Amino acid sequence: MARRSSVEVIPRAGSVITIEAPASPIAAGPFTAEESARIRADFPILGREVNGHPLTYLDSGATSQRPRQVMDTERAFATEHNSAVHRGAHSLAALATESFEDARARVARFIGADDDEIVWTSNATEAINLVAYAISNASIAGGDAAVRLAPGDEIVVTEQEHHANLIPWQELAARTGARLRFIPVDDEGALVLEELDAIVGERTRILAFTHVSNVLGSVSPVDTLVARAREVGALTLLDACQSVPHMAVDVRALGVDFAVFSGHKMLGPSGIGALYGRRELLNALPPFLTGGSMITTVTMERAEYLPAPQRFEAGTQRVSQAIALAAAVDYLDALGMARVEAHEAALGRRLAEGLSAIEGVRVLGPVAGRERVGLASFDVVGIHAHDVGQFLDDRGIAARVGHHCAQPLHRRLGITASTRASAYIYTTEEEVDRLIEAVADSREFFGVRP
Amino acid sequence: MSSSELQSLYQEIILDHSRQPIGFGGLTGDAAGRSHQLNPTCGDEVTLELDVDDAGLVGLRWEGHGCAISQASASLLSELVERGLTIEELSERIDVFRTAMRSRGAIEPDEELLGDAAALGGVSRYIARVKCAMLAWVAAEEAVARARA
Repeated sequence: MARRSSVEVIPRAGSVITIEAPASPIAAGPFTAEESARIRADFPILGREVNGHPLTYLDSGATSQRPRQVMDTERAFATEHNSAVHRGAHSLAALATESFEDARARVARFIGADDDEIVWTSNATEAINLVAYAISNASIAGGDAAVRLAPGDEIVVTEQEHHANLIPWQELAARTGARLRFIPVDDEGALVLEELDAIVGERTRILAFTHVSNVLGSVSPVDTLVARAREVGALTLLDACQSVPHMAVDVRALGVDFAVFSGHKMLGPSGIGALYGRRELLNALPPFLTGGSMITTVTMERAEYLPAPQRFEAGTQRVSQAIALAAAVDYLDALGMARVEAHEAALGRRLAEGLSAIEGVRVLGPVAGRERVGLASFDVVGIHAHDVGQFLDDRGIAARVGHHCAQPLHRRLGITASTRASAYIYTTEEEVDRLIEAVADSREFFGVRP
Repeated sequence: MSSSELQSLYQEIILDHSRQPIGFGGLTGDAAGRSHQLNPTCGDEVTLELDVDDAGLVGLRWEGHGCAISQASASLLSELVERGLTIEELSERIDVFRTAMRSRGAIEPDEELLGDAAALGGVSRYIARVKCAMLAWVAAEEAVARARA
């Protein structure tokens, strides 16, 4: 019997919830059938039926499901020591503050950062907006030169970006007079790196890009992009929404200046996300939201601010969500991110190969056999994605349809919408096969089969 | 196997209209009323033009792209208008159609008033798809308002 590794959640707070990793002698590779069954048993929602079929949940790229350990942790906080953090001297306030900061430390460790380099936000979108607004605040008020933009400066994104990593930069450019440029993609959606040096140059101040495309499932060449940004002295922001939940991410090893991710895509609750920023940069940025809990001295005329991360956490924080997110991180840690990545890579391959084998189905992104995470978007020629999604839903299969918040990328690939299946730790090969069979059958139902 | 609900959503008449839509194309750009409607969640689009002839009857043409429901709905609306409707009659039918669509399956569309468009009744049970079915009708409503203005 292999030893089980375990992690204690809320160690200082009354009821202790223990998260157990599935016992396994296998150090790498996808989860075994036994491990898979044990993982799935932690997710109550996976036991439900939809439209008379067992739920086949293939929309984890949009939002993941929560294990009972995460829900129990949030409930334990609410029932046993709910209180405001960073204010008040009573026992519950102290316990809550300790749990809240302990959660920050665990999430920081999960991505290789220091505690004070993690700022809680509502989600990744808010985290990107925080950076963009702090930079424009610095630009207006004559802040630190390292984080100031002026007309003539350039912000660069990629054509793959989710709207959340595009529109905040469009708006920042409009507010500061900077110019927004982008690294284009080719017909398969891959970044055209031949143009990198021409686009990211001396005028570039910010390079913001996704780690893993939420449409293509491809992994960006972070090293190449960061190296070029450093060469020209530009700051980098990594949209890690689709990487942090699915693979081991070490922000310091990647060398990025900022990174953002959302809790609800990594087994956590909604309403919590995080911004990672290098300590000196966070402390060079002026606040985005102002108010209580982020100040040192306040007079009727002005205020002085706490160092990061508190200076970015105005008002009452999402305490139970942060603590639950740390429980999610513990759950993933106990599984091992290398195993998670291997499990999903195998599912991604199965998805891409199975879907590509269906006549009239175009899989977006890397061709079958090339590196992709456990995610595949596809176009069933002759059937609109909404109709495909409706057909899948009829069989209890939950997949995402539409442009997945990436209109420019879809437009570049010559389509307005696609269907996306995205896997996670609890996804099985049988579920992937169920999807593939249903997609093939949808062609018959809608009469596009030759 | 597909459920009977799915079969009633995608009736053969709906799939036929989505494949060979009526009233598609020939936009002039100088119609009495014109409207462009976009469903931002899926990118479905309809541009619709409307004229009223000397006898007071509505003429309608449209272009767009989208799911089978949105395309069939625009086509079925065109077919209905081709029967010969005044602008008041069209407005009345848009209201009848909307009421049925919003009823979550409680109200069967009136075939007398809506013709084959009544086949879209099954859509009202699928809340997420009501917008698809309404797209062309909302465009027609706006075009009517502009033609009257």
